[in-house]
Amino acid sequence: MDFSSFNPMVLAAALMVAATPILLAAIGELVVERSGVLNLGVEGMMITGAVVGFTAAVTTGNPYLGMLAAMAGGAALSLIFGVLTQLLKANQVASGLALTLFGLGFSALLGQGYAGVVPPRTAKLDLGLLSDIPVLGPILFRHDPMVYVSVAIVVAVWFWLTYTRSGRILRAVGENHDAAHALGYRVLRVRILAIMFGGACAGMGGAYLSLIRVPQWTEGMTAGIGWIALALVVFASWRPVRAMLGAYLFGGILVLQLNLQAAGIRIPAEYLAMSPYLITILVLVIMSSGRARKSLAAPGSLGKPFHAAG
Amino acid sequence: MKRRTLIATSALALGLSALGGAAMAQDDPLKVGFIYIGPPGDFGWTYAHDQARLAAQEHFGDAVETSYVENVPEGPDAERILTQMALSGTDMIFATSFGYGPAVNAVAERFPDVAFEHATGYQQESPNVSLYNARFYEGRAVIGHIAGRMTETDTIGYIASFPIPEVIMGINSAYLHARAVNPDVRFRVVWAYSWFDPAQEAAAAEALIDQGADILMQHTDSTAPLQVAQDRGALAFGQASDMTEFAPDVHLTAIIDNWTPYYIERIQARLDGEWEAQNVWHGIPEDEVTFAPFNDRIPDDVQAEAEEMIESIRTGEYHPFTGPINRQDGSAWLEDGEVAPDSDLLGMNFYVEGMSGEIPE
Repeated sequence: MDFSSFNPMVLAAALMVAATPILLAAIGELVVERSGVLNLGVEGMMITGAVVGFTAAVTTGNPYLGMLAAMAGGAALSLIFGVLTQLLKANQVASGLALTLFGLGFSALLGQGYAGVVPPRTAKLDLGLLSDIPVLGPILFRHDPMVYVSVAIVVAVWFWLTYTRSGRILRAVGENHDAAHALGYRVLRVRILAIMFGGACAGMGGAYLSLIRVPQWTEGMTAGIGWIALALVVFASWRPVRAMLGAYLFGGILVLQLNLQAAGIRIPAEYLAMSPYLITILVLVIMSSGRARKSLAAPGSLGKPFHAAG
Repeated sequence: MKRRTLIATSALALGLSALGGAAMAQDDPLKVGFIYIGPPGDFGWTYAHDQARLAAQEHFGDAVETSYVENVPEGPDAERILTQMALSGTDMIFATSFGYGPAVNAVAERFPDVAFEHATGYQQESPNVSLYNARFYEGRAVIGHIAGRMTETDTIGYIASFPIPEVIMGINSAYLHARAVNPDVRFRVVWAYSWFDPAQEAAAAEALIDQGADILMQHTDSTAPLQVAQDRGALAFGQASDMTEFAPDVHLTAIIDNWTPYYIERIQARLDGEWEAQNVWHGIPEDEVTFAPFNDRIPDDVQAEAEEMIESIRTGEYHPFTGPINRQDGSAWLEDGEVAPDSDLLGMNFYVEGMSGEIPE
C-alpha cells in the first residue's frame, strides 16, 4: 500500500468536478419533490440534456449555447411528465420510470452520428489572484464556470425556499396541496413550473458530463448518476445545503475509488459503486425512527395526486 | 413450422449461391456482414474494423457488398443479429469482439454455408468458424520502451478494461520494456470494466495523473483519456487508431489495428471458393499491428530505438516475451532465452515480477 501519492488537495479539487452533475440534477429534483411531486425520470432528463446540449454545442460552436439548449431539452422532456401526472393524473412513479426509459432510447436516437465528435472546449474560469491562494486556490478556484453555477443555484434555491413568498407557496403546495388550494394557490401551475425547473437542472447536469467532464457523447453516458441524484435528495432530507454536502460526499466516493485503484489498493469497485445507495438506505432508516423523524420528514403531499375538489 | 421452412429455404438458397461461386460474383455480389461492439465513430477498436471494411469494399468494388450492425451487445442480442444476417443471405460474417464467441458458434452450426470470422476468440466448434487475432503485445512493447525512456516521474498510468489475458499480456509487455530502459519505473493500473466508456475513462485518466503519472497508456477504446492528457499536459498513447487530432500536443504515437490485409485476403478466399477455417495470430510482421507517426516530442534517439525494436520484431529476431522473466510472486516463468509459447500468452493471468498491485478477479 502506498498512500504517499495521495494529495488531498488534488482529491478535493477532483471531487468538486465529479460532484457537479450529481448536484445539478439533485437540486432540481429537490425543488420538484418539495412541491410534492416525485419524478423518477431524472436519469432520462439528464441523458436527454447531455445529447441535446452536445449537438447544440457542436452545431453552434458555443458550449454555453449548448448548456442553454440542454436546459430547454430537459425541461421539454419533463413537461411530458408534467402533463401526464398533473393534468392527466397518471401515476407519478410509473410515469417517471417511463420518462427514464424513454430518455435513454430517445437520446441514443438523437445522438446518432455524434459519437467520436469533439465538442467546443469550455475554458476554465480565470479567477486571477484567488486561484493563487495556497491550498484553497487549487481546490476551490481553478474550475470551469459550471462548478460555480451549480453552487450558486444551490444557494439561490436555499434562499428562495426559506425567505421568499413564492418559495413558501411552493413548500405549502408540497406539504398539503388541499390546504394550499383552499388558500387560493394554483397547485398545478406551481407543480408544473417546479417540474420544468427540475428538468432544466437535470438537463444541465447531463450536458456538464457531455460537454465538460468527458467531453464526448456516448449512449448511456450518465451511467446511473440520475439515480444517485434521486437518492441524494432523500439523503439530504430535502434540504438544499445538505444536498450539496451529500453531492460532494458521493462525488468524493467516485473519485476516491479510482484513486485507490491507481494507487494499487484493491477495493472491489462494486462496493464503492453501491455505497451511495447503502448510505441513503441507512439515512432513511435513521429518519424513520424516533425523534429525528419530525424534523427530517418528507413533504406531506409527496407523490400524491392532486384533485381540485370543490 | 413456417419459420423452419424459411430457415431451410434460405439455407438452400445460400448453398446454391455458394455453389455458384465466382461465376455468379459478377451479377450477384458476395455479401459480407460485420457486427461491431461499439460505434464506428469510437476512433478505437470498432473504428479500426470499420476502416478495414471500407478498404475491403473499395478493393473489391462491385464484387462485394458489405454491411454492418453497430453497438451489438455480447450475449443473446448478438445471436439474434447474427441469425438475422445469415437469414438475409449474407455469405460471410466478421464478428469483431471476444464475447461474441458463443453466439458465433451457435449460429455457425445452423448455417454451415456461411463463413464466420471471429476476432480474438477461442471457440471453434464448427468447420465454418475461423478465428483471427492480432499480437498487440508487440506494439505495447514498443510504446513501453518509449514510455520508459520519456517518463520524468517514473510513473506510467495504464487504463485497463477487463482483467482478461489479452489485457494482462499488454500490461506485462509494456511494463517489461519500460523497466528494461528505466529500472525505477512504476505502473499504476486502473480497471475501467468497460471497453468503451468515455466518462469512466476520463475519470480514470484524471485519477492516474493525480497520482503522479506523466504518461498514459490505455487498453480502452475512447479518445477521452487523450483529451484529459492534453488538458493536463501529460503525455499519452492512442489506442487502435491514430488519435493525434484529439490531442495533437501530447499524442506520442498509437498502436494501430490494421485489419485491412487480413480482411482482403479472407474475402478474396471466399470469392475464390477457397475459404477454410483457420486460427491465426498476426502482428507486426504481417502489418496487422502498425504505428501512428511518432510525435516530434519523442527524442530522435528514442525514435531510432523504437524503430529498431519494430524491425527486430518484424524479422522475427526478437520476441517481446523472451526470458528470463519471473512471475510477480518471484517464481520462474521463462528461462534465459526462452520464448513464451502462445498458449501461455493466451491464458496469461499473472503480472510479471516488479509490477505492483494485484489483478482483480
